Amino acid sequence: MSLLQTAASDYRQPAATVAALRENAQALDRDRQRENGQLLRLSLPALAIVVILMVAPIGWLFSLSFVGADGGFSFENYTRIVTDGAYVSIFATTFQVAAVVTVLCLLLGYPVAYVLTILPDRFAQALMLAVLVPFWTSLLVRTYAWLVLLQRRGVVNDTLSMLGLIERPLPLVHNMAGVTIGMVHIMLPFLIMPLYASMKAIDGNLMRAAANLGSSPVHAFFRVFLPLSLPGLIAGAVMVFVMCLGFYITPALLGGGKVQMIAQRIEQSVSLFPTWGPAAALAVVLLVLTGGFLLLSWLIVRRFSRGE
Amino acid sequence: MESHVTHKQRLWLYILTALILLFLVVPTLIVVPMSFSSANSLAFPPPGWSLRWYQNFFEQDKWLTAALVSLRTAFGTMIVATTVGTAAAYSLHVGKFALRGTIYATLAAPLAIPAILLAIGLFFVYASAGLLNTTAGLIIAHTLVAIPFVLITMTAGFKSYDMSQEMVARSLGANRLTAFLTVTLPQVKFSLISAALLAFIVSFDEVVVSVFVSGGDVSTLTKVMFQTLRDDIDPTIAAVSTLMLVIATVPPLVLQLAANRKRES
Amino acid sequence: MTSAAPTALPVYISALSKYYGAFRAVDDVSFEIAAGEFLTLLGPSGSGKTTLLMMLAGFARPNAGSVRLGDREVIHLPPHKRDIGMVFQNYALFPHMSVGENIAYPLKLRSVGRAEREERVRRVLDLVQLSGYAERRITELSGGQRQRIALARAIVFEPRILLMDEPLSALDKQLRETMQIEIRRLHDRLGMTTISVTHDQREALTMSDRVAVFSRGRLAQVATPSDLYEKPANRFIADFIGESSFIPVRRTPEGLVYGDQLLRLADAGDGAQADPLLMLRPERLSIVRPGQVACDEKRNVFSGLAQSVVFQGESLLIEVRLDPGDVVLVRQSNRAGEAANRPGAGERVDLVLDRPDARIVSAEG
Repeated sequence: MSLLQTAASDYRQPAATVAALRENAQALDRDRQRENGQLLRLSLPALAIVVILMVAPIGWLFSLSFVGADGGFSFENYTRIVTDGAYVSIFATTFQVAAVVTVLCLLLGYPVAYVLTILPDRFAQALMLAVLVPFWTSLLVRTYAWLVLLQRRGVVNDTLSMLGLIERPLPLVHNMAGVTIGMVHIMLPFLIMPLYASMKAIDGNLMRAAANLGSSPVHAFFRVFLPLSLPGLIAGAVMVFVMCLGFYITPALLGGGKVQMIAQRIEQSVSLFPTWGPAAALAVVLLVLTGGFLLLSWLIVRRFSRGE
Repeated sequence: MESHVTHKQRLWLYILTALILLFLVVPTLIVVPMSFSSANSLAFPPPGWSLRWYQNFFEQDKWLTAALVSLRTAFGTMIVATTVGTAAAYSLHVGKFALRGTIYATLAAPLAIPAILLAIGLFFVYASAGLLNTTAGLIIAHTLVAIPFVLITMTAGFKSYDMSQEMVARSLGANRLTAFLTVTLPQVKFSLISAALLAFIVSFDEVVVSVFVSGGDVSTLTKVMFQTLRDDIDPTIAAVSTLMLVIATVPPLVLQLAANRKRES
Repeated sequence: MTSAAPTALPVYISALSKYYGAFRAVDDVSFEIAAGEFLTLLGPSGSGKTTLLMMLAGFARPNAGSVRLGDREVIHLPPHKRDIGMVFQNYALFPHMSVGENIAYPLKLRSVGRAEREERVRRVLDLVQLSGYAERRITELSGGQRQRIALARAIVFEPRILLMDEPLSALDKQLRETMQIEIRRLHDRLGMTTISVTHDQREALTMSDRVAVFSRGRLAQVATPSDLYEKPANRFIADFIGESSFIPVRRTPEGLVYGDQLLRLADAGDGAQADPLLMLRPERLSIVRPGQVACDEKRNVFSGLAQSVVFQGESLLIEVRLDPGDVVLVRQSNRAGEAANRPGAGERVDLVLDRPDARIVSAEG
C-alpha cells in the first residue's frame, strides 16, 4: 500500500462520519422544532380567543377612529376630543374622579396595610378578611348597597341628622360625592393588597437597626419604612388610577347621569349613534392612557426594585 | 415586625384602621339584613323581618331565568377558561420557544384593558357572527375575561411545583400527557381549584361585557340587576345581592381557610 | 468489574454536542460504557456532566451526535421510550403517593398485573432493605430512606440502563459513605449498566468501575479509579483527583531535567508530552536529612528548605521550597518512626521520590 493510498483512506473515514453527524444534527433540529411546536399548540386555544375577541376588534377600532363623517381618512374624531367642550369636560371629570379616588385610597389604605403588617400574623389574617370579603363581592352588589345607604332618607343621612350634625338631608347620591364614595370603596382593596404584600417583604431588622442607631420611631418610619414601601404604593396607586379611568358601572349608577366619564360616553356613542368613529377615537385614547400609565408605573417600580 | 413603640402609643392608629375596615365591610354586608326586611321602603334597621323579597325573586321569571343563565354561563366559563388557561400556562412554563413573553403578555392583557373596550369589541364581533344573546357567546366572552386569572394562578402553581417530578415520571415510562395527569396535576390541584373558582366568580360577577353581549332570554343576573338599578332600588335586589354575595364569597373563603389549615399542618 | 446481567446493554456515545448559543455545554464527546459497567461522570459544576446525563435520559436534546444502547440508536426517542431508570438529585418521589405506589408507578405504566406488581414491589423493597415500608407516606421517610426508595423505583421495572444524577448529594457525609458502599453492592448484585454523575471525587473513586472526568464540556479522561490517580492525562485531572504539586521540567537530549538534575521516571513514554510537569503527590514524597540518601537509578532526591509544618491529625503536611524555587507539599504519616525525620520550619531537608512514583503530566488538557 502506498503512502498516498493510506492518506486517502484515512481521510475518507472521518469525512463519512462528519456527513452522517450533520444529517443527524438536522434531524435533531427537526425533533426540537416538533417538540416546541407541540408545546406551543397548547397555548393556541387561549391565544385564539384573545386575538380574535380582543386584539382584532381593538385593531379595528383603531382603524375606525381615523374614519371621518364622510367615510374618508381623517383626524376629525381626535380633533373633536381636543376642541369640543363636551369631550374636554368628560376628560376633566374622568381625571378628577380618578385622582380624587386614588388619593383617598392612598390615605385610607396606607394605615390599614401598615397596621396589618405590624400585627401578629394570625390577627392580621383575620383582619385581612375585612379586605377580602368586599374584594370578592360583586361590585354591582356593593354599588347597590351604596345607593341605599346614601339616598335622601338613607342610613347615612338618618344617622347624621339624628346626631344633630345636619338639618336637611345631604345630597350624597346621583352626584360626584356618591361616585367618589362608591369608587373608593370598590378600589380600596386593590390598593391595600399589593401595599400589604410589599410592606410584609420589608425586613423588620432594618427598622430595628434604625432604632438601634438612634432614630426616633417617626424618623425611622419616614427615612426607612416609607421609602421601602414606595414600590408597592406606586404600583397600587397606578393600578387604582388606571382602573378608575375606564370605570363604567359605578359612575353610571351612583352618578345618576350627572357625572359623565369616558367609559359612559363610549357606551352612549355605540348605543345611540350610528357612527363608530367618535367612540373609536375615545376608546383609543382610553387605551393609550391606560397602557401609558401602566408602563410608567412598571418602569418606576423596576427602577426602585433594582436598588438605588 | 416590632419596634419599641408600645401598642398604647399606636392606639389612634388602631382605631383609625378599625374604622376604615368597617367602612369596607359594613356596606358590603348590609344587603343581608336589608333583604330580610318586611318593609317596602329601604329603611334601616328594618322595622320587621320577612322572606317576601326572596319570594318575590323566586316568583318572577325575569330573575329566575337570569339566575339560571348566570349559573350556566359561569359553569361553562369555569370549564373552558380553566382548560385553555391551564394548557397555555403549562405550555408557556415548559416550552422553550421564542415569543413566550409576548404570548404571556397577550393572554394577560384582558386584565389590564378597561372592560368597556373589551365589551364594545365583543359586541362588534358578535353582532357580525350572530353570537349576541347566546349562552355560547357569553361563555366565550367571559372566558376572554377569565383567561388572565387562570393563567396567573396556574403559572404561580407550576412555578412552585418541582418539574423534575414530571421528568421522573417520563423516565419511568409515562408519556408527557400521562405524566402531567398522574403526577403534575394532583400536585397543583390547589392552584387548579383556585383558578376554576376564580373563573367561575369572574364570570358570575361580570357586568360590563354581559350588558353588551347578553339580552332577551339570555340576560345575565348582573345585566338584569344593572337595568333594574337604573330605574329604582327595588328591595328584591337586596335578596338577589345576598344570593350573589353567598355564591361569590363562600367558596373562596372556604378555600382560603383550607389553604391556611394545610399550611399549618 | 462485576458480571453483567443478561439484560444489561453497552452504551456507545459518539460526537455528542450540546450548545446554548455560543456556549458549548458538551463539546464533541465520545466514549463507550460496557454492559454491566458502573461508570461515573465526574467534573466541577458547569463541566457538562449533568447535561450529558440529561441527554442520555432524553430530557436535553443534543445539537449533534449519537447515543446507542446496544445496537439501537435512541437519540430521537422521547424519555419514556428509552427504557432507562433514573434517580434524580432531589429524588423527586411523588408526595401524593405512598412508597408502594411510587415504586409500582412504572409497573402500572407497563400494565403489569396487580399480583405481580405487589410481588415485585415487595422484592425490590427487600433489596434496598426497606421491607414493610410499602404503606408509608413519603413525608415519613428520612433522607437515606428516600434515596433508597428512589433507587428502588428506578430499578423495579428492570431498565436496560440506570442513570443517577448526584444521587448522594442531599445526604450528610456519614450517610453518604454508607450509601456509596450500598449502591456499589447493589450494582454488583444486579449487574446493571449504571451511569452516575457526581462532583465528589471520593464518591466517584469508591463506586465506579471507571470514571469519566469532564472539564469545560469536554471529556478529559476516562479510566479506572486507580489509573486516574496514578496516570492522570494532564494537570487538570491530577489536580482534580487527589492532591498534587507540580514542578516544571525541561526537555534535554539526555532526558527530562529539573533544575540541573536528570529525572528518573516511571514511564519512558512520558517524554512525549507537551509542556511537561513533574507531578508530586504529597504522600509519595518522603523527607530525609540532607545527604542521607543518594540519588541513583531507582530514585530522585531533591534538596530544599522546610517552610512550615502543619499538624492534621493522622498526618502532617509540610511545605518545602526546593532549591530551584518551587514550593511543594509533603505528607508525612503521624507515626513515631517518622518523627526522627520531621524537620522544623527553616531547616534544610532532602525529598526522596521513588522512580515508579515519578510521573510526568502535560500542563494543558
